Amino acid sequence: MSAETLTSSEYIRHHLQNLTFGQLSDGSLGIARSAEQAKEMGFWAINLDTMFFSFALGVLFLFFFARAAQKASAGVPNGLQNFVEWIIEFIDTSVRGSFTARNDMVAPLALTIFAWILLMNLMDLLPIDYLPLIAHAAGIPFLKVVPTTDPNATFGMSIGVFVLVVYYSIKMKGLGGFVGELTLQPFGKFGMPANIFLEGVNLIAKPISLALRLFGNMYAGEMIFILIALMGASWASVSFGSTLLFGSQIVLSLGWAIFHILIVTLQAFIFMTLTVVYLDMAHQEHH
Amino acid sequence: MNINATLLGQTIMFIMFVWFCMRFVWPPIMQVLTARKQVIADGLAAGERGKHELELASRRATEGMHEAKQKAADVIALAEKRATQIIEEAKDHAKEEGDRLVAGAKAEIEQEVHRAKESLRQQVADLAIAGAEKILRREIDAKVHAELLTSIKSEL
Repeated sequence: MSAETLTSSEYIRHHLQNLTFGQLSDGSLGIARSAEQAKEMGFWAINLDTMFFSFALGVLFLFFFARAAQKASAGVPNGLQNFVEWIIEFIDTSVRGSFTARNDMVAPLALTIFAWILLMNLMDLLPIDYLPLIAHAAGIPFLKVVPTTDPNATFGMSIGVFVLVVYYSIKMKGLGGFVGELTLQPFGKFGMPANIFLEGVNLIAKPISLALRLFGNMYAGEMIFILIALMGASWASVSFGSTLLFGSQIVLSLGWAIFHILIVTLQAFIFMTLTVVYLDMAHQEHH
Repeated sequence: MNINATLLGQTIMFIMFVWFCMRFVWPPIMQVLTARKQVIADGLAAGERGKHELELASRRATEGMHEAKQKAADVIALAEKRATQIIEEAKDHAKEEGDRLVAGAKAEIEQEVHRAKESLRQQVADLAIAGAEKILRREIDAKVHAELLTSIKSEL
């Protein structure tokens, strides 16, 4: 436990700090050594750990699926193909259930969102200190292994979805139809300011709620893992209290991890389903 | 926890992944799934057809067997009839043959009887003539009385 040399709050802060690369206050490029330094870097900095893990997991997902797609045959499927087909049929069924228009992009989009978020969320189930400890030994000061606990990752996806929603709204209804939807509903043209306010909030709320829901759930889950890990970290000497705390860390992290499997899958599914629903709404003339 | 350029990186990565998935992952697998659905549907249809054909074939077989049995029964009946006929014919033939043999024998017997009668008549005539000759040797010329003798012989 790295916490043995740290206080509890330092331990928590350490776990919530991304590995941020950018321009330091003295003008040189480098990795932020503290949260303050990371903040000073401003917008033009990059969270290397988020980028690395999300990229690696996305490539992992696409590698296996593309391999299955390449080898796929209509005959008896082998293990990997069977698994991939199972997921694809699941996605296809749920997309067909909530998306009524015709668009060949929506189902692959839903698959990518589901699989990618699921994999990123699953990183949460790795023992919380393992990868940061290894990284620490390799000289990397901070490492957040769950990309979805970084709002940059969740907002990055939800902005992508938002752009698609706006794009398809304009494509399906025309620019006039889209603007009309924003300005002429629900009170008619004389209530235009109120309409713009309501519909604007409605529109903006979509990406924000998507991103924040996922981020909030995963962040809270991560935080609980950290707090459970702290229980065992408070081991001081061989005493009844310490042993009890150590034992309850094992039991609690097991219990929370099992419960978290549900949250991990559910959040990936919710993100996917809401994306499909928003795109469906973008394709509808009136909603 | 700051919003920074990672946001842009993540968006670009997201778009790349979606594009890749849309281009190389989804269509081939969907195609395979559709193809497999077709294969399964075809297989089921073929199975159904096979079952139907089997039913038809078994019905045809039953019919054929029935017909064959019928034919065999007919053949047996015909053969029996024919056998009876042949026996009847043979009986008739035998009877005829027997009758013919009997008739032949009878004719032969009659002929024999006739011949015996003829020879007896001849002998009686000869005896009579011999007797008459003996009696009349001296006084009656055979040549003169030949006519008379002949008429007597024919009357015997």
